[in-house]
Amino acid sequence: MATARLMGSSIKRREDPRFITGKGNYTDDLKLPGMTYAAFVRSEHANARIRGIDTARARAHPGVVAIFTGKDMTGVNSLPCGWLLPELKVPQHPPLATEAARCVGDPVAIVIAESQTAALDAADLVKVDWDVLPSVTSTARAATPGAPQIHEVAPNNIAFKFQIGDAAETDAAFTKADVVVKKRIVNQRLVANAMEPRACVARYEDATGDLTLWVTSQNPHVHRLLMTAFVLGIPEHKVRVIAPDVGGGFGSKIFLYNEETVCSWATRQIKRPIRWTSDRREAFQTDAQGRDHVTDAEVALSKDGTMLGLRVKTTANLGAYLSTFAPAVPTFLYATLLNGVYAFGAIHAEVTGVFTNTTPVDAYRGAGRPEAAYLLERMVDACAAALKMDPAELRKKNFIPKFDNGYQTKVALMYDSGNYGPCFDTLLQMLDYKKFRADQAAARAQGRLLGVGFSTYIEACSIAPSKVVGALGAQAGLWESGKVRVHPTGKVTVFTGSHSHGQGHETTFAQLAADQLGIPMDDVDIVHGDTGIVPFGMGTYGSRSASVGGTAILMSINKIKEKGKRIAAHLLEASPGDMDYANGQFFVKGSPEKAVPFGTVALVAYVPHNFPEGVEPGLEETSFYDPSNFCFPFGAHACVVEVDPDTGHVKILRYLAVDDVGNVINPMIVDGMVHGGIAQGVGQALWEGAVYDDTSGQLITGSMMDYALPKADGLPMYETARTVTPTPVNPLGIKGAGETGTIASTPAVVNAVVDALSGLGVDHFEAMPLTPERVWKAVQAATSGK
Amino acid sequence: MKTKVTMTINGVSYSHEVEPRMLLVHFIRELAGLTGTHVGCDTSQCGACTINLNGLAVKSCTLLAVQADGAQITTIEGLAKDGKLHPIQEAFWEKHGLQCGFCTPGMIMSAAQILQRNPNPSEAEIRHELEGNLCRCTGYHNIVKAIQYAAETMAKR
Repeated sequence: MATARLMGSSIKRREDPRFITGKGNYTDDLKLPGMTYAAFVRSEHANARIRGIDTARARAHPGVVAIFTGKDMTGVNSLPCGWLLPELKVPQHPPLATEAARCVGDPVAIVIAESQTAALDAADLVKVDWDVLPSVTSTARAATPGAPQIHEVAPNNIAFKFQIGDAAETDAAFTKADVVVKKRIVNQRLVANAMEPRACVARYEDATGDLTLWVTSQNPHVHRLLMTAFVLGIPEHKVRVIAPDVGGGFGSKIFLYNEETVCSWATRQIKRPIRWTSDRREAFQTDAQGRDHVTDAEVALSKDGTMLGLRVKTTANLGAYLSTFAPAVPTFLYATLLNGVYAFGAIHAEVTGVFTNTTPVDAYRGAGRPEAAYLLERMVDACAAALKMDPAELRKKNFIPKFDNGYQTKVALMYDSGNYGPCFDTLLQMLDYKKFRADQAAARAQGRLLGVGFSTYIEACSIAPSKVVGALGAQAGLWESGKVRVHPTGKVTVFTGSHSHGQGHETTFAQLAADQLGIPMDDVDIVHGDTGIVPFGMGTYGSRSASVGGTAILMSINKIKEKGKRIAAHLLEASPGDMDYANGQFFVKGSPEKAVPFGTVALVAYVPHNFPEGVEPGLEETSFYDPSNFCFPFGAHACVVEVDPDTGHVKILRYLAVDDVGNVINPMIVDGMVHGGIAQGVGQALWEGAVYDDTSGQLITGSMMDYALPKADGLPMYETARTVTPTPVNPLGIKGAGETGTIASTPAVVNAVVDALSGLGVDHFEAMPLTPERVWKAVQAATSGK
Repeated sequence: MKTKVTMTINGVSYSHEVEPRMLLVHFIRELAGLTGTHVGCDTSQCGACTINLNGLAVKSCTLLAVQADGAQITTIEGLAKDGKLHPIQEAFWEKHGLQCGFCTPGMIMSAAQILQRNPNPSEAEIRHELEGNLCRCTGYHNIVKAIQYAAETMAKR
């Protein structure tokens, strides 16, 4: 009997029962015997030299166990940057600042006490003698003459200059253009705000020399490698990093941070476990932030709307230090995506990475790709306005035609497969575009301002081929591991090097494994997030878990099947080459009655009394999958808004998304990720933005009272659909789905607002978010004097 | 100076000497050991710490433990009865109303209050009443659907 296909089914999540009953196991829930509690003393200044640190009063505070400053951490190295561009300026980034603090929140001391309150009280008593220096937080001002210099190694605060594409070809395209459209586009800084604040528990066992670190990590093996090999110099095999239930990441929990590094060092000094949990204010100050680009872009067009060329000059704010993967984001995850889904004749992009006295910037959901999509999609709408063309028509005219196996872009990447027209047409149908334009005209006649905004996107995910990323500066390979252990009873444990912090791996990977093995899903368990159990893996980021991690599991399952065939052939006295496997049975091809069930083969593998010569006992396989290319999901989104010109308030009336993420394991889970991504992108368009005071360097939006996160009442029900263009890159045909919504939604919303206001003469917003104030001012500026 | 505080949480009495400044959420998490109630912010925005206190949904980070002396409290751990999930828990599972699970206990506790006050809320009413609970994963779509679904199933019982 054929088992029902699990792949492609919206199966309810297996991880949910623990979460809906309050039985999740997050880092801060952990309590160990002898636990101590840490608080960090942080800089309240954006740029200041440390003249001295007086800990005497704090040490005398009741309950204090130990206090350490940077000077105590002898032999400890700088936090490493894992992506080295040519001529990249890499400043020192000590886990505790010793000479100077370079941003508000920079930690200078750790206070460890018997209780959290004692630690916090004592931290207040640590007195730092600061020599406060001028600071710079503005992206546009960082590299200008006279700006305060942050790191000696980086003159003019420039970390790198990067370019991609063909400058001469692009110049030629602009020379022959009929129309050139230029815009300044600011992609503001965002704060990831995973709902669970970062946390760690570090426990050193003196008797064995073992260190265990529980940490809110998307990639526990990467955490362990960076911390042991580069910073602390302690043996990797004596450190176990566990990322238990993690409450969201969105990129911000990829990186190695100061706090877990200091706690891991300090537990070895005090020989007691230490727990540190960030409060939300610390999270705003210290979690790596996202985006923060200032870009001048221009598009060369012919009269008929053909996109001849694109020229982009971007300044990317990297913050005070280079976070783990920071240099990759505005270069290889941004500039290489500027081809979008359009057949540009030529592209040239220059990116300057600058240091400022702000929290470091690194990958935040989408990471570079939202910045590219936002820029392109705003420019396409601006081009349509300049040419007086319909924005949908202009897009369709310039789409790269359907291709099944490779499209060479102008910016290095080779797309895998794409079919952009049908995806966009599906969107137009769902929207009923013609009818919308009629409704819009009718509404305008009544004084109501409706607008529609489109966006398309291309995403590079399932990161990625190690050889390629190595040549581009990555200091790591970006493959993934998958181990399949078949127990003697035929039950299966799957170990994945990727990590779930909301993605539902315990369900989707069980669907994959059970389907491939033809056994019940209840017979499969998924294990992740523990370096003591799982083979080295690269973790979860860049929408890679299903495509890269899933393929590694598939490879191990295939090895299990091959070995099982040899065992079953022996039992049936058949030739291994004549064996097949389906529905949980090994059988002789053409003679399905001559079969051995999966469970029997498993038992025989562990009780090998009657076993084939030359075959090892046991049934367990490990695979490491290194993809040959990125995968390139794509899609088309549309947003319908109504803008109140008197208040500047934007109301989203409809949000539509058609995504093509290749094959899908669990549509319910993919839809959920699309929904969440859309909300984050809408957040950037309308509400979110990290604001620094450029004089004092203070983070103005340092709490959830000041930084506006999307709430339920500002968002609609999302209308989602999919087209399916499987990738040829991996055998599952899966492209990746974790970031699409975030990439597509910001430009769709902003384009919709501009469309709504176009009749009043508003044609662009240089900056987001489109708060009522910003929209109202734009309306006033456009209409005053009319 | 410490003060003795006694409260009933999920039918069990807890009595501890606490500092007057101790937040109720810390009493619940650290002293009662009920870690399903989460702390997601420090300004009463996120709602991850929402519990039911004497019949009202409250943010347990916004009350002192001493203010809850003598109170009857239900946390997420006390919502399922006799091993059977509460219909709202069922609904969040059925409608995929959670991803990372961190905001979920607070969401469910708020949803319970929403449906207690208004057993048949409109989508707009649900969205409005979720004002005090933040979720970064779901975009709220499936949370709203879950609460609608729970309202339907609870009406049938």
